[in-house]
Amino acid sequence: MESKRKHRGRGRPALHAAAVGLGVFSIGLGLAELLAPRSMARATGLRGREMLLQAYGLREIATGIGLLASRDPAPWLWARVAGDALDVSTLAAAARNGKPDGAHALAALLAVSPVGMMDVACALLAQSRDNARARSAWDYSDRSGFPRAPDEMRGAASDVEAPRDMRTPAPLQALEATG
Amino acid sequence: MRALCWHGKKDIRCDTVPDPTIEDPRDAIVKVTSCAICGSDLHLFDGFMPGMESGDIMGHEFMGEVVEVGSANKRLKVGERVVVPFTICCGECDQCRRGNWSVCERSNRNKDIADKVFGHATAGLFGYTHLTGGYAGGQAEYVRVPYADVSSVKVPDGLTDEQVLFLGDIFPTGWQAAVQCDIEPADTVAVWGAGPVGQFAIRSAILLGAKHVVCIDRLPDRLSMAKACGALTINFEEESVVERLNELTGGKGPEKCIDAVGMEAHAVRSVDSMMDRAKQTVMAESDRPHVLREMIYVCRPAGVLSVPGVYGGLVDKIPFGALMNKGLTVRTGQTHVNRWTDDLLRRIQDGQIDPSFVITHTVGLEDGPGMYQTFRDKEDGCIKVVLKP
Repeated sequence: MESKRKHRGRGRPALHAAAVGLGVFSIGLGLAELLAPRSMARATGLRGREMLLQAYGLREIATGIGLLASRDPAPWLWARVAGDALDVSTLAAAARNGKPDGAHALAALLAVSPVGMMDVACALLAQSRDNARARSAWDYSDRSGFPRAPDEMRGAASDVEAPRDMRTPAPLQALEATG
Repeated sequence: MRALCWHGKKDIRCDTVPDPTIEDPRDAIVKVTSCAICGSDLHLFDGFMPGMESGDIMGHEFMGEVVEVGSANKRLKVGERVVVPFTICCGECDQCRRGNWSVCERSNRNKDIADKVFGHATAGLFGYTHLTGGYAGGQAEYVRVPYADVSSVKVPDGLTDEQVLFLGDIFPTGWQAAVQCDIEPADTVAVWGAGPVGQFAIRSAILLGAKHVVCIDRLPDRLSMAKACGALTINFEEESVVERLNELTGGKGPEKCIDAVGMEAHAVRSVDSMMDRAKQTVMAESDRPHVLREMIYVCRPAGVLSVPGVYGGLVDKIPFGALMNKGLTVRTGQTHVNRWTDDLLRRIQDGQIDPSFVITHTVGLEDGPGMYQTFRDKEDGCIKVVLKP
């Protein structure tokens, strides 16, 4: 049977490296939010909302583990994008406050934005790779392995009796089979 | 000789290693003419199976020509072509005599370790960790076959390597998966996984007379191969498996369910599979049993779950309450290859099935390491790789 070969998708190693980098970053940020919520709240202008920051930390850790563990980073990258949207809305609300929290929140917002853009870019790249793979799927619809149409082969081996250790007891068989 | 050797996670190399020699009078040395990469080799490649050592020769699906036989081996002759089952069996112990070849009591050289891990040791396997004997595998130019006078399957003239190679593993594995469902004419059989074992399980279920066979996967190329032999298909990334199976069975669920996926389920969009990924990463769970959970949930009460998919260790959150209350029967185990080979060889000779349908890539041994990556990532339409040493 003919072998089928073609080149792998370009950009795959770079995407993998970016996903690993974002995964590590996500876990690091998550741990900081979870374990040092007061410091993080001061730095981001979210004083008094430490529990919210810890919840965000758990989210970051979960997406980070997902990115590191998964072969297909696309869903986890989109999860990060959704998390970024949440971060931006929280920080934007805090930035409307007066000094010093408003200024800190604005600074955090500016720091978050490049990471968010990178998340979006990586998610789009991963998604396009998945879509390209789906589009270029091989068609094996001529490979039945049977000499005749499947319906003609159905039951061709019905002479086979399951060995005793693999038989279904009569009370569990279909009514048609038990008569 | 050249051989594909394991050197760590995602590190397979084509090395030059010493040729094998006869170690026991019942041995044979086989010059490998064709071998294959099996889905369960990927568990070693991905580092999920314990007990590998650097330099171990990979491969448990191979065939070739006998080039040397031990003094006590009266069944084989030099020059004969044989397919070698992946399970190593003595043919004399209590389990072998009962036909339970995959749990031979004598072939596992590392019985002490296996006893500790599994409670009791199972058979030795070629190229599959030191838990199963640490035997050199068949992705090599030559291989030593222990107890070769018992298990080797002689190949009749007129059949190509590609037609018979899979008698050593995936064809009997898919066949046993279907046979142990004890299929009845009214049955709907659901098969999770359209990889090589899944493909053979589907065809076996059809040959055994199942009314409907439904295949569940996410890769269009694999689903197209399943459709080719008359299976209905479900792409789990596009629709709910449970809803669709219930819809196809009048709300009752399939009578028979086959897990041809095993420990590395790839579902990513369900909460349980996300948790499995996370736990596996931090080594809190060794296997990802999403398919097992789904089968237990959707199977019709009093149905059968057949599990040819390989599991290695510990699984979490198995809905045992559903399994118990629904009265499901679970049948599993490594394949008792020699139970089935005579019958399957006859079916190949009769033209009932040509197993070569599943081969998508044929390459030389030196290209093997790259093909592990291609096969693992399911790229290039890769379903089954055959290597020619």
